[in-house]
Amino acid sequence: MPGKEIPQTIWGYRRENGRVGIRNHVIILPLDDLSNAACEAVANNIKGTLALPHHYGRLQFGEDLQLHFRTLIGTGCNPNVAAVVVIGIEPGWTGRVVEGIAQSGKPVQGFSIERHGDINTIAAASRTAHQFLQHASELRREECSIADLWVSMKCGESDTTSGLGANPTVGNLLDKLDPLGVTTCFGETSELTGAEMVCRERAISPEIGEKFMRTWTAYNDFINECKTDDLSESQPTKGNIEGGLTTIEEKAFGNLEKIGRTTKFIDVLEPAEAPSRGAGLYFMDTSSAAAECVTLQAAAGFAVHLFPTGQGNVIGNPIEPVIKLTANPRTAREMSEHVDLDVSGILRREMTYDDAGDALIDITVRTCNGRLTCAEVLGHREFVMTKLYRSA
Amino acid sequence: MHLGGSIVTTHILIHGEKDTVGVAVVENIEPGMELTGWVMDSDDTITVEARDPIPLGHKVALQDIAEGDTVVKYGHDIGRAVQAIAKGHHVHVHNTKTKRW
Repeated sequence: MPGKEIPQTIWGYRRENGRVGIRNHVIILPLDDLSNAACEAVANNIKGTLALPHHYGRLQFGEDLQLHFRTLIGTGCNPNVAAVVVIGIEPGWTGRVVEGIAQSGKPVQGFSIERHGDINTIAAASRTAHQFLQHASELRREECSIADLWVSMKCGESDTTSGLGANPTVGNLLDKLDPLGVTTCFGETSELTGAEMVCRERAISPEIGEKFMRTWTAYNDFINECKTDDLSESQPTKGNIEGGLTTIEEKAFGNLEKIGRTTKFIDVLEPAEAPSRGAGLYFMDTSSAAAECVTLQAAAGFAVHLFPTGQGNVIGNPIEPVIKLTANPRTAREMSEHVDLDVSGILRREMTYDDAGDALIDITVRTCNGRLTCAEVLGHREFVMTKLYRSA
Repeated sequence: MHLGGSIVTTHILIHGEKDTVGVAVVENIEPGMELTGWVMDSDDTITVEARDPIPLGHKVALQDIAEGDTVVKYGHDIGRAVQAIAKGHHVHVHNTKTKRW
């Protein structure tokens, strides 16, 4: 059955590097945990800027440190961000983040606290944030091709209605947007366990399929090394089990419904790695915890996120709007302030996947054009850095 | 509007024809209720009598499942029964476990 006509354009902010954003944030980004207080003070001084406090950035090393930098730089480079103030305890690593963000061409300036103290740093950074915010306030949305859109996907607090309704709705959207040249991303490495062989078959080539299997196997080996039981109540979560999901295998097959019926993934990304093979679907190696995964996808440059939920995960992200949909009629009824799209009609056979996919395309385009998501309205700004191991 | 020609309530949905479990999509399923199920892949309708309360989103056995048998959903292996589950009974963590981890 043919779907509705898909809008060919969105209204977005075209950035200096050509990428298109759907929000226009000026962010105050801490290099490290010690700089959170100064960043929050600047955001309090300059109304309309957004501090992104987090817990890490000290004494990290190796791959974990690389991921820290990649996440911060990627967050600053995200096209939903107009300009960035970076504050760190010392100038060296602060400068690395500033240089990385400057590659995008957008306004960015760094400040360090040692030898200045919080108060002088806050004053200087506030003056810059003041200029950046007024600059951003004069930027205007322009009509852009829908092919300029980067969409990420991750589900949470899933239940069996996710695999029956909300996830296939995302899959239906994906199969309709992929031919239009939209760039998309799914992740949740651990949560494909049980369905990994089926996922491998969805790779564009045997080589990419093998790359996926190496990534999945490494994650599974890590879980097997660290586990103390069969992970029941962690994966699936207590909420998943309450919603009727029994095993990781069952959860994985439901999860995989998000990538539709026909779309193939064209590459496997490291956590927070930006896609480099052009338009298409990418798999990213991520945790299955919602805020960690979305933070990594936002850092890779994705502009809007689709989040199917069963039991009602309430997650948002500070820079990437998170659109929530559910097929669970109880969740739609009892948690309606968190639900951007109710597709529970699928369960009552009142709505087809095509209907639901079209409705999701509609709410996604409206969100891109400026409609605030439930998570934005409720102030959900979960920014959670992935830490790979202990600091030195 | 009702699709698929169905005017009776659909109580359970089944992903694939080979599945040995269905998912409750209505609230308040009680023992003794005759459940109407829609097999999504084949568009067939089946019936099964509930032998347990089946909460919304939880699974019901569509056939007798022996201890050690693989439980099938989405046409795939989603774990093993750790005790015998008779047709119509609740299938969940008390009688089904992962084969991984």
